[in-house]
Amino acid sequence: MTTDELTDRGAGSALTEAKPILRVEDLKMYFPVKSSGLMRRTIGHVQAVDGVSFQVNAGASLGLVGESGCGKSTTGRLITRLYKPTGGSIDFDGRDIAKLSENDLHPLRRDVQMIFQDPYTSLNPRHTVGSIIGAPLAIHKVVPKNKILSRVQELLEVVGLNPEHYNRYPHEFSGGQRQRIGIARALTLQPKLLVADEPVSALDVSIQAQVINLLQDLQKEFGIAFLFIAHDLAVVRHFCPEIAVMYLGKIVEIADRDTLYQRPHHPYTQALLSAVPDVKQAKVGGRRERIRLEGDVPSPINPPSGCRFRTRCPIAQDICARVEPPLLQVGPTHKVACHFPGEMGKHPEKPITPRLLGVDDSGSADLAAGPATELPTGPGYSDTWFDLKNNTMGKA
Amino acid sequence: MSTATSSFLSVRDLKVHFPTADGIVKATDGLSFDLEKGKTLGIVGESGSGKSVSSSAILGLHRGSSAQISGEILLDGVDLLQVSDEEMRRRRGLDVSMIFQDPLSAMHPYYTVGNQLMEAYRVHNNVSKKAARVRAIEMLERVGIPQPDRRVDDYPHQFSGGMRQRAMIAMGLINNPGLLIADEPTTALDVTVQAQILDLLQDLQREFDSAIIIITHDLGVVAEMADDVLVMYAGKAVEYGPTKDILVRPEMPYTWGLLSSVPDVAADTSSKLVPIPGNPPSLLNPPTGCAFHPRCPHVAKVPGDLCRTVQPDLVTGRQGLGHLKRCHLADPDTVYANEVLPEFDPVLADELADELTAADSNEKGLQ
Repeated sequence: MTTDELTDRGAGSALTEAKPILRVEDLKMYFPVKSSGLMRRTIGHVQAVDGVSFQVNAGASLGLVGESGCGKSTTGRLITRLYKPTGGSIDFDGRDIAKLSENDLHPLRRDVQMIFQDPYTSLNPRHTVGSIIGAPLAIHKVVPKNKILSRVQELLEVVGLNPEHYNRYPHEFSGGQRQRIGIARALTLQPKLLVADEPVSALDVSIQAQVINLLQDLQKEFGIAFLFIAHDLAVVRHFCPEIAVMYLGKIVEIADRDTLYQRPHHPYTQALLSAVPDVKQAKVGGRRERIRLEGDVPSPINPPSGCRFRTRCPIAQDICARVEPPLLQVGPTHKVACHFPGEMGKHPEKPITPRLLGVDDSGSADLAAGPATELPTGPGYSDTWFDLKNNTMGKA
Repeated sequence: MSTATSSFLSVRDLKVHFPTADGIVKATDGLSFDLEKGKTLGIVGESGSGKSVSSSAILGLHRGSSAQISGEILLDGVDLLQVSDEEMRRRRGLDVSMIFQDPLSAMHPYYTVGNQLMEAYRVHNNVSKKAARVRAIEMLERVGIPQPDRRVDDYPHQFSGGMRQRAMIAMGLINNPGLLIADEPTTALDVTVQAQILDLLQDLQREFDSAIIIITHDLGVVAEMADDVLVMYAGKAVEYGPTKDILVRPEMPYTWGLLSSVPDVAADTSSKLVPIPGNPPSLLNPPTGCAFHPRCPHVAKVPGDLCRTVQPDLVTGRQGLGHLKRCHLADPDTVYANEVLPEFDPVLADELADELTAADSNEKGLQ
């Protein structure tokens, strides 16, 4: 893949044609909730991630956004296999890594690395920067011991730090510099996929831009694929050509960046986007008109039936409580999980999904509606999608 | 603009210095601003620029520490730096109160939310516990907590992040203070919750006509909330004026840097972010001259070594009274419109350039 393709910010083709390096299908992570007392029985599960499918192409980047508790960080940790998934598959470079044992994972660690959110707690304070960055080289025996130092210095230079500082300790660096050390450590083994979990949210605004630019340069130079997890919608939009929005453990909308930010079809994406305070508002003064969501995100231990967003959704109807909306492809690179998908203010009055699911408009099973259509549920996009104008499955 | 003496809050030449073993840390060094009732001031700057130190000085939180504080903080005509500890304690919470960034660590984990609200009320009002409880429930309801009569007996950890922040706001406003200081009130919250909290703050401000100081690093929040903006760098104000002037036509390179380093949800994605190079300076040993000069890309445009040697004064900018800036640049508008803005927002740059030429031809026409 050439750098031209990497920098291609146009939507369509680049997203569908390139070869996927990561395919995640129906990924699930349930954490047990234990009762108090001696027995510590399992009394329920936190459904942190519940059936998530997406793919990341080689050298591309996918953004994962959502509010705290939506499962985006858990997804990142599942892909790096810091957690063992409850269900589903993680196909990395042609191998399913979801069920691999600790030993079999060892070689994989070279290819998938992670950048953590907090540069203050993710670096061992008692190790020098040189030993932190050099550790992966020693563990994987990539280079002989006497060559490690020169490779470390090279890496320090790549991330914009002084190579002479390898002997210093993390506390001698500022927040932005520490995040660069974290990035250097992640780059040490030349990974194919980098999971960046909120890589800039702990940094000052002026430093954020430095780190984002650094990550972009590195991606261009080394062709690394990114799974970029963040809650800051503007940062994700700037970094990723394709973005998935998560809510309570599920992807509610996934699309190329222009579609997602200009024509979002899911009411949650619309609310999320309208909530971002805008600097340009200074010209007009006062607050921007926005969709106001009531209340908080429900508990993932006992999520709402049907659509998980329905308890806060401004357009929810009966069907939303009864049937869970499928993640339906509605454009060449656009999928949305809603019974009433549409641009802001133009949501259809009747649900579009009943015929596909074999139910009536209020969500009760309906024999007259015929059997449910087989809907593609996997990651990626297909050439046929549901045409919202004609309400039928159509072809491009 | 009114004269300084009639302002509700008037801070004059405030200095907060901390003596340390390595020397004096000048956390705040000569800060002045005014705030009217019912208005909001936004203070922006990076961590360590002195935002929080200045506001805790208004609350008298440095009393009893080794901090050396000088200047004047006039609240309704009374200098808060001159009043006794006893008097300050009486005013704290009644006239001035504060909302902290992290409500989980700002609330006591061993006491119920209601208990803490009641305490805040009973310190300043001689009422029975029963009456205080009624008042606490009333405040929780006002800030939008569902079932306040039940939630009043919950502990802070039983509240979600947004609800804790609401409870903090309820606690801050329970005595109807004239001045509310909100130190990064929404930084720890998600955007949808942030929008709820900002709405709430604005509603309450309208209702109680209180003055609000909102400390944040999010320029979007400032744009939507504040009437005036104060940009701080290394303990000093570097730009100060009405929000519209500061954010639409800023005249100080540091403010430019803040604006250009934040991606916008609507901006062109191919435009690169323009970060501010380097790191914030140490307050122990601030740079000579203009404190921003080591990171400023426009130093070469100022003749001589002025930026390095002479500290610029806070003077009126080109947009007339009320817009103050601390910079040697002779023609900031042109630099901003031609060099800074095109790099991160070409559309805005064109608009501003048109405006400037229009203004220019107007001036010539008048002559």
